[in-house]
Parts: sequence; structure tokens; C-alpha cells
Amino acid sequence: MLPGLADPTLDSQRIFRSVLEAVSRPGRIVDVPAEIQAPVPLHPATAALCLTLLDFDTPLWLDDAAARPEVVEWLKFHCSVPLAAEPAAAHFALVADPERMPPLSAFNPGTAEHPERSATLIVQVRAIIGGTGRRLSGPGIADEVRLDVSGVPEPFWAWACDNHARFPRGVDVFMSAGRVMAALLRTTRVGD
Amino acid sequence: MSSTAARQRWMSILAQASPVELEGRWREVSAPPRHRLLRRPETGLVMVRGRAGGTGARFNVGEVTVTRCAVELEGGGVGVAYVRGRDQRHAELAALLDALLQDPARHDDLEQAVVIPLAEAQAARRRAAAERVAPSRVEFFTMVRGDE
Repeated sequence: MLPGLADPTLDSQRIFRSVLEAVSRPGRIVDVPAEIQAPVPLHPATAALCLTLLDFDTPLWLDDAAARPEVVEWLKFHCSVPLAAEPAAAHFALVADPERMPPLSAFNPGTAEHPERSATLIVQVRAIIGGTGRRLSGPGIADEVRLDVSGVPEPFWAWACDNHARFPRGVDVFMSAGRVMAALLRTTRVGD
Repeated sequence: MSSTAARQRWMSILAQASPVELEGRWREVSAPPRHRLLRRPETGLVMVRGRAGGTGARFNVGEVTVTRCAVELEGGGVGVAYVRGRDQRHAELAALLDALLQDPARHDDLEQAVVIPLAEAQAARRRAAAERVAPSRVEFFTMVRGDE
């Protein structure tokens, strides 16, 4: 088995700071500060997000590509995270093969009274490229920001529009690739 | 003894050994293996719960300081330890020995060189404490009441 964060306290605080940066500026590409040996197929940014956000209180759903024994053993050891059998039952979801991912509507969008009980997705993609691609706007974005994500399926952006339309319900998505991530939140409007 | 029960036994003995004794025994271990820390020693609190009289409702006795550690040997064996107190070296040594004791090739030697002497020292300490307090033992009786 692989070790977790070298310094669990300070490293997870640094990573959490980058998470705050990402959610306050949706669509901005943020460095995830972690030297981490992640089990295949997880990228360092994906693994860092998992170690920082997951614990015994947050049932996790894994897609088939992520649900390898080494990954499951590693997450259970370092995060004590319980696994959810169905996407709808999960607080967090880890998607390593977005081409085959279920639609965003398959995950728990919270309730009108408690929208904060919704699921958060960590979607590992091939690459995140700024300055080109989809136009994003909304809270935390001055005017607009452009983001191109390589590896998500064709209907992903339509799902993101539907997800935005359900506000205040809906899910929030972290997209991770290599050592960077970007947040795509339910408050974010997706244009062409 | 099942393998789980056997492992529980030695983990308990290692956790309850005094850190000085454990360090002394560790020095006698031949060819200590290379290892890395899966979870470096970290100290936290564990809530201890009890039942009044052993059968009553559960209640919280109090929190106890615990240090835990997990190591992986170069060959792949994993050892874990949870020890009372905040001695990080104690937790690391106990985790290392837990990993080594699971290796059938090394188990018997370590059992003789480390586990049995530690267990005997602990039993002797318990006996001495029991003998020390035995003279002050008080027995409580309830007399049968006249109206029953």
C-alpha cells in the first residue's frame, strides 16, 4: 500500500486552501499543492482532493475505473471512508473514467430545505485548458472565463446546464488532471 | 488460536509494554528490516466506554490519549499499532514488530525474543500490584433484612 500525505495536518490544510480558491473562482485552474504517490489510476490532484475531503462521515461512490482494489484499500486506510453502492447515496463521488460516467442528475442534489446535503463530484479528466472552450459565468467569475476540458463525454455540458437550472439544488464538481483542478459549481452558468 | 486472536494477543502485549523495555528488546532483533511509514505516529483521543457492573447501560468513562502508527516493510507486510500515551517511538516499534510477527519466517524467533519476555514482565507487574493492594481489600456484605 502507498503512504498518504507526508504531513497530514499541514498538507491537508494547504490542499483545502486550494479547494477554497477553486470554489470561490469557478472555472479557474488551481494548483493542488501535494507531493503524493497516488495509486493507479488516480492523478496527484485527484488523490490529494480525496485525502483532504473524505472521512468516515462521507459515503463515497467510485466508478468502475476508480474502484480498483488498491484504490479502495488506500482510501479506506487513509480516510476511513465508507463506500456507497449507488451514486444517489453518496456524499462524494470519484470518477476516473468520465467517458462512462452517469449523468450529473444521478447524484444527490440535496433538498430545497437542505441544498447543502448534495453530492460533490471529483471527476478526473485528461486535461483542463484555460482561455479556450466553454464560456462560464456566474458568482465568483468577473464577466466570463473560458474553460476546455478534455475527456468529458459529449452531453457533460448539457448536464452542467441542467444542474445549474436546478439551483439551489444540484451537485458541485471538481475536475482534476495531473496536479491541477478547477471547480464547476451549480451556480456556474455554462455558455457555448 | 485463530490468527486474528494470536495477532490481537501480541498487539496487546506490545502496546502495554513499557517503551524502555520494548526499545531494549528491539535492539536484540537481528537484521531490522527497511520500512516506510504508511501513517506516521500521530496522537489523538479515544473515548473509552464502559458498562456499570459489566452489564449495565453504556456510559462514557473518559477520553484516553492514544498514539497510532502504521508501517510497511520492504517486502510488503503491513503492521499497525495503537498505544496508550504519546510516545511516538513506542507506536512505531510496536507497528514494526506487528508487521514482522506476521511473517511466518520470523514469527517464532520474535515470539521467543520479544513477545514472551514482555508478556512475562507485564504479568509480574500485575501480580506485584495485586499483592500490594490485597491487604487493604474490603469485602462488602448486605445483611438479610428482618422483614424479608
